[in-house]
Amino acid sequence: MTDTTGATPAPGPVLDRAARRLAAVLPPGAVITDPVRLRTYECDGLTHHRAVPGIVVLPETTGQTAAVVRICNEYGVPFVARGAGTGLSGGALPRTDGVLVVTSRMRRVLEVDLPNRRAVVEPGVTNLEITEAVRAHGRYYAPDPSSRQVCTIGGNVAENSGGAHCLKYGFTVNHVLALEIVTPDGDVVTLDADDPGYDLLGAFVGSEGTLGITTRVTVRLLRAPEAVTTLLAAFESIEQGGRAVSAIIGGGIVPAAIEMMDALAIEAAEAAVDCAYPAGAGAVLIVELDGPAAETALRSAEAERICRESGAFELRTAAGPAERDAIWKGRRSAFAAVGRISPAYIVQDGVVPRTALPGVLADIDRLSAEHGIRVANVFHAGDGNLHPLVLFDDREPGAAERAETVSGRILDLCVEHGGSITGEHGVGVDKARYMPRMFTDDDLDTMQLLRCAFDPRGLSNPGKVFPTPRLCGEVPGVRRGAHPLVESGRAEQF
Amino acid sequence: MGAPHGGGPRGAGAPGAADAPAALEALRGTGAEIRDAGPGDAVAGVSPRWVALPGDTEQVAALMRVCASLDLAAVPTGGGTRLHWGRPPERCDLLVGTRRLNRILEHASGDLVVRVQAGTAVEDLAGVLAAAGQELALDVPSGGRTVGGVLATAAAGPRRLRYGTARDLLIGITVVLADGTVARSGGKVVKNVAGYDLGKLFTGSYGTLGIITEAAFRLHPAAPARCWTTVRLPGPESWADPAGVVGPAALATALAASQTEPSAVELDWSAPSGAVTVCALFEGPAADGRARAVQDLTGGHGPGEVTGEAPSWWGAIPGGGAPDEVLLELRVPPASADRALRAVAARGLPARVRGSLASAVLHVALPARTGGPEFAAFVSGVRDDVRPLGGRLTVLAAPRELARRVDPWGPVGALPLMRRVKERFDPGRRMSPGRLAEGL
Repeated sequence: MTDTTGATPAPGPVLDRAARRLAAVLPPGAVITDPVRLRTYECDGLTHHRAVPGIVVLPETTGQTAAVVRICNEYGVPFVARGAGTGLSGGALPRTDGVLVVTSRMRRVLEVDLPNRRAVVEPGVTNLEITEAVRAHGRYYAPDPSSRQVCTIGGNVAENSGGAHCLKYGFTVNHVLALEIVTPDGDVVTLDADDPGYDLLGAFVGSEGTLGITTRVTVRLLRAPEAVTTLLAAFESIEQGGRAVSAIIGGGIVPAAIEMMDALAIEAAEAAVDCAYPAGAGAVLIVELDGPAAETALRSAEAERICRESGAFELRTAAGPAERDAIWKGRRSAFAAVGRISPAYIVQDGVVPRTALPGVLADIDRLSAEHGIRVANVFHAGDGNLHPLVLFDDREPGAAERAETVSGRILDLCVEHGGSITGEHGVGVDKARYMPRMFTDDDLDTMQLLRCAFDPRGLSNPGKVFPTPRLCGEVPGVRRGAHPLVESGRAEQF
Repeated sequence: MGAPHGGGPRGAGAPGAADAPAALEALRGTGAEIRDAGPGDAVAGVSPRWVALPGDTEQVAALMRVCASLDLAAVPTGGGTRLHWGRPPERCDLLVGTRRLNRILEHASGDLVVRVQAGTAVEDLAGVLAAAGQELALDVPSGGRTVGGVLATAAAGPRRLRYGTARDLLIGITVVLADGTVARSGGKVVKNVAGYDLGKLFTGSYGTLGIITEAAFRLHPAAPARCWTTVRLPGPESWADPAGVVGPAALATALAASQTEPSAVELDWSAPSGAVTVCALFEGPAADGRARAVQDLTGGHGPGEVTGEAPSWWGAIPGGGAPDEVLLELRVPPASADRALRAVAARGLPARVRGSLASAVLHVALPARTGGPEFAAFVSGVRDDVRPLGGRLTVLAAPRELARRVDPWGPVGALPLMRRVKERFDPGRRMSPGRLAEGL
């Protein structure tokens, strides 16, 4: 049933044997064992979690990927899939005792099917490349995570990535029509939205690599909207901005995006990219509307009026793509920009019901003052997705711990308000320990049933998403001695 | 019970007829209302022994624990409007009705989110939401359907083109598993990637994984205006040969790609030779102008008629919903819709075809009197024609003497994985066993 109950052999010799077998099924140069080169893969976008992978492989086809997974099964070694490594929750953190499957050599756009409004791509194609392949035809791929120039569609599928425009258009899961996957035991299976029965496609998207490896993705293409209006509104306070958001949504308007930044985030963006937002703003709001020209014109006039009535002291409407980019520049640079005003920072990702935003922001303010830790707030205001940037000086003793405390307390606030510990960055290794704050043991055990159906041996990206996963076949509540997954180094116990 | 028992021998302690009073007492001990089943309670022809009407999630869990201890098989039901759909369960002791689970738990109108108990009637929910100027954009046919039933059968209506289907609007779910475990996933915020999305798994599960007791949905503001543009096309014999006319697929492709952004493009057709009606819905503040703007996209079929009311057939599943209805679902890539319709016409049967043309998800109703060999030839003939297009034909409902002649699904690559999921969620095969497909 499982290889993890007994003593695990020392990884070295097993990996050496596995590496030789892998080299036999992969093209020359597609198996990396050189320690210096392995080190370049030691982390993803969450850089404070690091592990040098045992082996890195670069398959070029589905067949090669399946062969890699089967060899991993043969030797009982875990594997982790990685796209561009831009993830922010450590979902692609490698295993020192396992194989890192990098999809960067699977990056062909296989088919653009305009009449059927879809494209078929390999997992290593970047998010933006899909749109670029169809832009000339007036089409695009809707989900737009801020890393879209480099992040891969395979990674987007694993994380169910969103982006600023998911308020209107939804997430990766709403735009994937079919997947070809390699299951954790090495079978190649197609999950299709048109299949009858359980929506395994929907369950696979967002499973963070724990149910297998994506090798081919069929995505939905949308028509580029006829009109796009981008509005920048400056407010004296975040409360006024929050009121405007509520009034816009309450007015029956579904903007493509509503983004908000507070004074500290604006200060950082100004320092980094000189985005020239209105001086003296306590908050700026970016409201983007798109759709048929007639409808968009009506709706944007309405949104403008609402912003004024909510106290906006300056309003700018982008006259064209260049001005739109200028408005978005500050927002897009915000995460990196805080590096200009703080030596170190934590990017947090949590969700609250939109109407709870004002109260939660006030609570974050209080936490910040209490612990002497500054917090810059950047958020997808339309769907209550907060991205607090918790700033600290890593040279100051105890500051990192205080920042960590504030960051964790912010997640508690999200859960207390009926929200989520992650809206788009994923659970990964970073938040596995927070899962019990949001879910009961029964909830997590039930999710584990799905995991066990796909991956009974626990080889596909183990240690991610779930705190201390149960072994498949283990009876809940009965545990004696050390957990075998912990003992073998496959899981951490929190 | 006439249905064969699947999944190996039944466990020790299974109640024979002599144990029925003890089982009944145990079921009553859960606090749920229990009655003997009647003729109207049959599930695809299989009669349960009892019907339970629990009043809350905890009573559902208690019922499932009793079923687990006595090895009783259970089938959940909502409004009971689709009990004749799907395959007969391998066994069915208890029908668990959710109609008393009919409370709207939370309507956070400012958040555009609603949490409801699964037995809430779709119409009742729509009424409450409409009072706040909002809607659940799942225009499933009316007539007593419940939220839980809509999820379990993955039902969707015309506006799937714009808003997606139930799985796209569901943001949180509470389920009771076969062993009585109560589990939740998702929550009440739209943006949420914490943990596996069990809601997706239960959408379309036909009660085979557990019982849905609560659901949370994202809502949309109700459109201030709606307009429909209707175009009539001649039958399939005239489409798109060099001298022919633009067929429905080209029309739908043009509409779906147009900047007028229709929310739905539907088709209604009496096969094999009737005229085809194509109707597009426009919603929003400029709906009327957009409905008129598509008139030059109608490919020479006249300007189209713009109305403020939907045609009478809009959103209704053809076939009428009688227990002996013969209903199939035909899916193809949208650009191949003409060829799919021709595949239906080629069989010569008087079928009613209706559904989403722009998504090419169509219901096909055959007359109840259709003979077994004719039915089998229809299914295999249409499948042979649509398979090369990447299409599929699924039998949703058919009397047993027809259903037994065909594989209701045709080949599904993910079926072995689905069976592994079923084995994990319901190892004792007590939840609607076999109702969805063999082994599920």
